[in-house]
Amino acid sequence: MPSVGTPPAHRGSRSTVRSHPTATYVVRRVIAAISTLIFVVLFNFFLFRVMPGDPIALYTKGRNVDADQIRLLRAALDKPLGEQLLQYLTNPFSAGVDSVKYNAPVWEVIGPHVWPTLLLVGTATLIATTIGVWLGIRSGWNRGGHFDKISTNVTLVLYSMPEFWFGMIILIVFAVGMGPVPGLFPTGGLTTPGVDTSTPAGWLDVAWHLALPVTTLAVIYLAEYSLIMRASIIEEAGQDYLQTARAKGLMDAMVRRRHAVPNALLPTMTLVFLNLGFVVGGAITIEYVFSISGLGSLTVDALSGPDVPLLQALFLLFSAAVIVANLVADLLYGYFDPRVRT
Amino acid sequence: MALLEFDDVSITYHSRGVDVPAVRGVTLSVAAGETLGIAGESGCGKSTLTSTVLRMQPKSATVTGEVRLNGRNVLTLPWGQVRALRWAEASMVFQGAMHALNPVQRVGDQLAEPLVLHNRVSASKAAVRVSELLEMVGLPARSARVYPHQLSGGQKQRVMIAMALACEPQLIVADEPTTALDVMVQAQVLDVLQGLVRELGVGLVFISHDLSVLSTTCDRIAVMYAGRVVEEGPAADVFDHPQHPYATALAGAFPRVGDTRYRYAPSGLPGDPPFPGDLPVGCPFHPRCPGAMDECRMAEPPLLQIGDRRSACLRVHSTGERS
Repeated sequence: MPSVGTPPAHRGSRSTVRSHPTATYVVRRVIAAISTLIFVVLFNFFLFRVMPGDPIALYTKGRNVDADQIRLLRAALDKPLGEQLLQYLTNPFSAGVDSVKYNAPVWEVIGPHVWPTLLLVGTATLIATTIGVWLGIRSGWNRGGHFDKISTNVTLVLYSMPEFWFGMIILIVFAVGMGPVPGLFPTGGLTTPGVDTSTPAGWLDVAWHLALPVTTLAVIYLAEYSLIMRASIIEEAGQDYLQTARAKGLMDAMVRRRHAVPNALLPTMTLVFLNLGFVVGGAITIEYVFSISGLGSLTVDALSGPDVPLLQALFLLFSAAVIVANLVADLLYGYFDPRVRT
Repeated sequence: MALLEFDDVSITYHSRGVDVPAVRGVTLSVAAGETLGIAGESGCGKSTLTSTVLRMQPKSATVTGEVRLNGRNVLTLPWGQVRALRWAEASMVFQGAMHALNPVQRVGDQLAEPLVLHNRVSASKAAVRVSELLEMVGLPARSARVYPHQLSGGQKQRVMIAMALACEPQLIVADEPTTALDVMVQAQVLDVLQGLVRELGVGLVFISHDLSVLSTTCDRIAVMYAGRVVEEGPAADVFDHPQHPYATALAGAFPRVGDTRYRYAPSGLPGDPPFPGDLPVGCPFHPRCPGAMDECRMAEPPLLQIGDRRSACLRVHSTGERS
C-alpha cells in the first residue's frame, strides 16, 4: 500500500445526510412545470381579452335579434375583469362556457378529437425516432463516408420541405394515383365509414388510412432527429473517453454502443420530447391535408369563427402538452445523465 | 529482450497535402520493471511516439520502423491481436484526467470493463477486483458506485491508474498523468503510481515536460526535441548534469530550492520550438541554442553513444571524444 493522503469522502456520502439528490431534482422539476402551467393559464385569460373580434356579433350572426337582446347579451359578458377571471379559473374544466359553434361544452367537443391526433403523432414520433436515431448514429460515426454523404443530403432535403407541401405530393401520388402509380391509399379520414374499429379488420383499416399522414409526419421529423443525432455523435467522437474505450481493446462497434451512443442520445432525447409537445398542436397542416378530424382540424375550425371558448381550451391543452412533454424530457434527462441530477 | 522497443520509429502526419514529420527516427527501449521518462515541450512528438505502443496513432499518420512489445511488432499485427494486447499487455493513463472517463457510466463499471473483456471474469469476481484496485490507489471501495463528475481531478486520475492496473499489464504508458492537477495532488498521484510500479514490477513510460518530476520517478530519461531524442541517460545524470543545451534549459526551468546556482537566474528558454513541418536546416535547436556554432547550421548532429549516455550535440561529441 503506497503512502497517500487520506482521500476526501466523495460527495454521495455527504448528500445522503441532507436529502436525496434525485428526489430534490424531481421535486424541483415538477414545481417548475406547475408554475409554468399557472402562468400559461393566466396568460391565456388575458390574451383572449385583448384579442380583436366581437363575441356578440359572432353569436348573433345570421339570427334575428333586436337591439335589446344584444344589450342583454352584452351585459351578461361585460362583467368586471376580476369576476371574469374567477369564473375562468373555477370552470375551465367544467361545462361552464359552451363552444359557440358546436353549442356544447368545450371539453365534450374536444374529447373525440384527441385520439386521432395522439394516434397520428404517437406512431409518427415512434417511427421518426427509431429510424432517425439509427441514421444519425450510422452516418455520424463514419463521418464523410458514402452512407453519411447520401443520408445527410437526403435528410437535409427532407428537413427543408414544408410538411403540408410534402403531404400534398404524397397524397397526389399515392392516394389519387399518378402515371403508373395507382392510388393505393385513401385520400383522407381515419376509417372507412361503417367499419367496426374494435375488430382486427377495423385496426387494419385504420392503419391503412394512417399510412400516408404518418409517413409524411415521420419523414419530416426523422430528418430533424437524424441530423441532430449525427451532430451529437460527431461531437462525442472526439472525446477522450472514447480514446480510453478504444485503448481498452473494445471493438469499434462496442465503443460506439457502450460509450458514444449513451452520451450522444441525450440531446436528441430532449428534442424528441420537446417536439412531442409541439406536434400535438403542430399536426394542424397534416390533419388538414389528410382530412383527419383531430385537434389540428378542430383548431382551424375554431379559429375561423373565432370560437373563443373552444380556442381558449385548445390553447390551454396545447400549452399543457408542451409543459408535460418538457417535464418528461427533464426527468428522463436526469435519469440518463447523472451530472444533471446531482 | 526488452519489454518495449522503439526501433527507428518515424511518424508523419499529412495535413492539407503537407507532410509533417512529428517523430523522426526514434530508437528507445524499456526493460521489464524499468521506468523511462520522456521529456520535452508540447509538440515535440512524445505523445505521438507513445500512442503507437497500442497502435492508437491517428489513421492518417504514416508510421515507419518497428514498435516491438515483447518482441512482436505492434504496427504490423492483425487488428484482432492488437485489440487483444491493448490493456492486457500494455495500458495507458491519459493526460486528460478530466475527460478520460465516460461521464454517464459508474466508475466501477468502467473499471470492470477491461476485466470482463480480457480476463473473461464474471461480474461478481470483477466487482471484487474493482474494490481491490480502488483500494490500491487509496480510494474507498464504495467509489465504484459514483459517477466521474462526483470525483475530484486527483481522484479521477487515481481511478485512471487503477484502471490501467486492472489486467495486470507488463507496461503502463502514463502520458502527463499529473499535468492538470495542483502540486499537492500531483505529489499524491505520483506517489501512488511510483509505489505501485515498484511493488508490481511494471514497466513504465512516463511522459512529462517536467524534468524534475521525471528525475525522481524514473530510471532513465530521454529528452525529445523536434521529433528526435536529443539526450538519453540515467535519470539523475541527465537532470543534474545535462549535456545537450536543450536538456540544460529544460533542467534549468525547474530550479531546486537551496541550490545557489538558481538563486539569481531563474532561467527560461527564449523562442518557440520549430514547427515540425518546417524545420531549420542543421541542428533543429540551433536558432535557440546559446552555443550554436557554424557547423550546427549545416547538418543535423547524430545521436551518439558516449558511455551510458546518448547525446545529439556537436559540442558534446567533441568534448566527449577528447576526454
